[in-house]
Amino acid sequence: MKPLLIRGGRVIDPSQGQDAVADLLVVDGRIAGMGQGLGAPDGAEIVDARGKVVAPGLIDLHVHLREPGREDVETVATGARAAAAGGFTAVCAMPNTDPVTDNQAAVGFIVKQAQAAGAARVYPIAAISLAQKGQQLAEFGELVGAGAVAVSDDGNPVVSSHLMRMALAYARAFDIPVADHCEDPALKANGVMHEGLVSTRLGLRGIPAAAEEIMVARNLLLADLTGGHIHLCHMSTRGSVELIRRAKEKGIRVTAEATPHHLTLTDAVCEGYNTNAKMNPPLREAADVAALRAGLKDGTIDAIATDHAPHHYDAKERDFDDAPFGIVGLETALGLGIRELVQRGVLTLPELIDRMSTAPARVFHLPGGTLKPGAPGDVVIFDPEARWRVDPIRFFSKSRNTPFAGQELAGRVVRTFVAGLTVHRGETT
Amino acid sequence: MVVAGTRNALLDARGVQRALQRMAKQIVEFAEGTERLVLVGIHRRGPELTQRLARLIEAEEGVPVPRGTLDITLYRDDVGTIGPRPVVGETHLPENLDAKCVVIVDDVLYTGRTVRAALDELTDFGRPARIGLCALIDRGGRELPIQADIVGKTVRAQPGDRVDVFLQEVDGRDVVELVRGEGGGGK
Amino acid sequence: MTERFLGKDLLGLEPLTADQIRFILDTAEPFKEVSERAIKKVPTLRGKTIVNLFFEASTRTRISFEFAEKRLSADTVNVAAAGSSVEKGETLVDTARNLEAMRIDMVVMRHPSSGAAQFLADRIRSNVVNAGDGTHEHPTQGLLDLLTLRDKFGRIEGLKVCICGDILHSRVARSNIWGLLKLGAEVGVCGPASLLPLGIEELGVTVYRRIEDAIEWADALNVLRLQLERMHAGFLPSLREYNRVFGVTVERLEKAPRELVILHPGPMNRGVEIDSRVADGPHSVILEQVTNGVAIRMAVLYLLAGGRPEMAEAAKGRAGEAGE
Repeated sequence: MKPLLIRGGRVIDPSQGQDAVADLLVVDGRIAGMGQGLGAPDGAEIVDARGKVVAPGLIDLHVHLREPGREDVETVATGARAAAAGGFTAVCAMPNTDPVTDNQAAVGFIVKQAQAAGAARVYPIAAISLAQKGQQLAEFGELVGAGAVAVSDDGNPVVSSHLMRMALAYARAFDIPVADHCEDPALKANGVMHEGLVSTRLGLRGIPAAAEEIMVARNLLLADLTGGHIHLCHMSTRGSVELIRRAKEKGIRVTAEATPHHLTLTDAVCEGYNTNAKMNPPLREAADVAALRAGLKDGTIDAIATDHAPHHYDAKERDFDDAPFGIVGLETALGLGIRELVQRGVLTLPELIDRMSTAPARVFHLPGGTLKPGAPGDVVIFDPEARWRVDPIRFFSKSRNTPFAGQELAGRVVRTFVAGLTVHRGETT
Repeated sequence: MVVAGTRNALLDARGVQRALQRMAKQIVEFAEGTERLVLVGIHRRGPELTQRLARLIEAEEGVPVPRGTLDITLYRDDVGTIGPRPVVGETHLPENLDAKCVVIVDDVLYTGRTVRAALDELTDFGRPARIGLCALIDRGGRELPIQADIVGKTVRAQPGDRVDVFLQEVDGRDVVELVRGEGGGGK
Repeated sequence: MTERFLGKDLLGLEPLTADQIRFILDTAEPFKEVSERAIKKVPTLRGKTIVNLFFEASTRTRISFEFAEKRLSADTVNVAAAGSSVEKGETLVDTARNLEAMRIDMVVMRHPSSGAAQFLADRIRSNVVNAGDGTHEHPTQGLLDLLTLRDKFGRIEGLKVCICGDILHSRVARSNIWGLLKLGAEVGVCGPASLLPLGIEELGVTVYRRIEDAIEWADALNVLRLQLERMHAGFLPSLREYNRVFGVTVERLEKAPRELVILHPGPMNRGVEIDSRVADGPHSVILEQVTNGVAIRMAVLYLLAGGRPEMAEAAKGRAGEAGE
């Protein structure tokens, strides 16, 4: 394996408080050094990163890769490829596939598919309960042994408080987080968007903020009770942010993520019955977006995760009630983060990289998210100034369901390396 | 060379009055009295002309003349070509038209399409014994085989020209003008 | 004049201006007279093909549209597509394509999903008239209610109209709210809070918690039908209790400071939201609503069928005479 020397870039590594022009050396797939004027080892590939940002590869805690079951909309390989294009070097795949990732073999299958893909790393998240039915716990020990990094019944909320209590308690033995899609199903009922003025006008059934917050509160209480690590997926309401903030003050073991879309869009995007604005949890109000941003800034929300949810084009080509929830997000996350959070002064660029790389690695105890010597050679180089227009036709993902089509984003991935090897090379413009 | 927009008076106030007096007499002759006569004015200036003609006939004959108004908008053969903001007027006809002698009153007779529509509409209301047509101005240019029985004045206008009828009740003056179109007619 | 005055479709009253709404109401006036004729038919839409596409059972609205279409001499086809909830999305896309391929001129659609009319309108060139989409809008019902109120009071502006009942699930309520507000009426809503949508006050309406208060305030009540299935979904305990607490009864109306006009979009649940003696009483304009419904629908179909600016342009000079 050729050594890799990335020269002259602005190296940002939140794990070391690093933000300065430097060279970065990767040898044998691992970070070997960082500093001024590093010499190139014999036969090294030399990459000129002047004017660009060099950072630990981005890590996404929440993606749906659809394989096995819906290979027509995404596979582990296409999802990992889309991730690399978005600057991600690792993604965590949710278990709500068909069949569900609730056993050793299923976890092993995903690991194997990811290795064959040779793009971003893919870490399986296993199911909490068998077939995600919310009844019997899956074999966490076996699942972790096969490569699972967390457990979740995402796609479905964990309705039974007893099951959640047991999952949190049992997971302690393996030191893995239990990730929950917080939703009270009876309150959500058959809602299709945020319950508020817009849903009232459009005549669409609403999902109240309380449907999420009730389960956030319950999960926090159970984490407190068990001492387990609860990870709260795709937080969407100001009430949730406040609950988490207080729980963290109290020392409860909670981590939380928010999606790029919940950090940037409101329910107003549903106007015109835009099915690409249909997601669960739904897009909320401006005050919720502001609270999520503040929470992301002060660390209440630990990480940005995309909840990348591919759907076939004609699944979204329906009336709003019948369209599925979710959008793809891997290839727009960094550009949105820079445009909406950095350029608008919510986060500094190092803070954004922390929330998209260093913090996710910490939350799920993953390798990466750092450029310290010995860390995996997972690196992204991007041009923070480059502006580009979202054209879903050019996505590496198999699916095109995004509400950001046609928008101009800031910050474009130039190269993505996993273990020192190039897994994505951006178009030179 | 005629300059576009030039206005030539075809009838002044006296001329309109004389024409109507003559037409009133001809209507009574046409209907062989007033017994079966019904006057029906077509929007827009037809109803006003109908009122005047009816009053002239009533003064002469001493009997009331039944009258109605007809809006042919819904009977046009060109619904696709109505303007972006069409105005539909109201149609009011006497109860029974069967066996009557109906005289349609219009201001300007041109292509004949309006009259065609009026005939269609009238026959939906009953079966008159006879229908006649009375126009203040016949400007020629027919696109259908329709002729007036009673005419106030005949002029030969070019296709691009316009004939404007102004009446005291609506416009504050009685006058009929020929307005020349581009290049003195012809589109 | 490059824009159609009303646009291609009628999807709701929210997107319309006061001027456009008044124009439709004014256009409906002459159409009332057509329905009084011995031969209730004019040739206006001869040769036009209209599909009545009903994905939800409806007798009243469908018949009203059909009369309107037939009195305008259009050729009509009725499609009653029940459609299971799983299939209906697919069906709608495919239905749209098929309709387009058959070169129809207009579609009148009722659909259980909010936004379905817009979905269809965005995908076909034909005119689309929304005959009720989910809990979103039912614009022709809103228009006929406005026409009925205008007939009765001679104006809409300044009128106090209270919409009573299940506002949450009512497309009629939404169309009425928009139409009334745009024409300058004051709008109240009254019903159990469990059937009032969140943020309704932000639309500019006043919420009345008690029917007695609404009756004291209003000039007219528009009493909505209470769907029996709401009980099972836990929105309210029983029809009997609804009648006792929110029912529009003679006893309650007798205490009103002025005589109220009572509207109901039908079909009525007598003895639930409205007492028979009120429905059949002197202040009820429920049958006038039905009569006006045909005139409003004729006006809407007529206005959407015509008014194509490019064709009006081409016809200029041919029929541009003052007298023709």
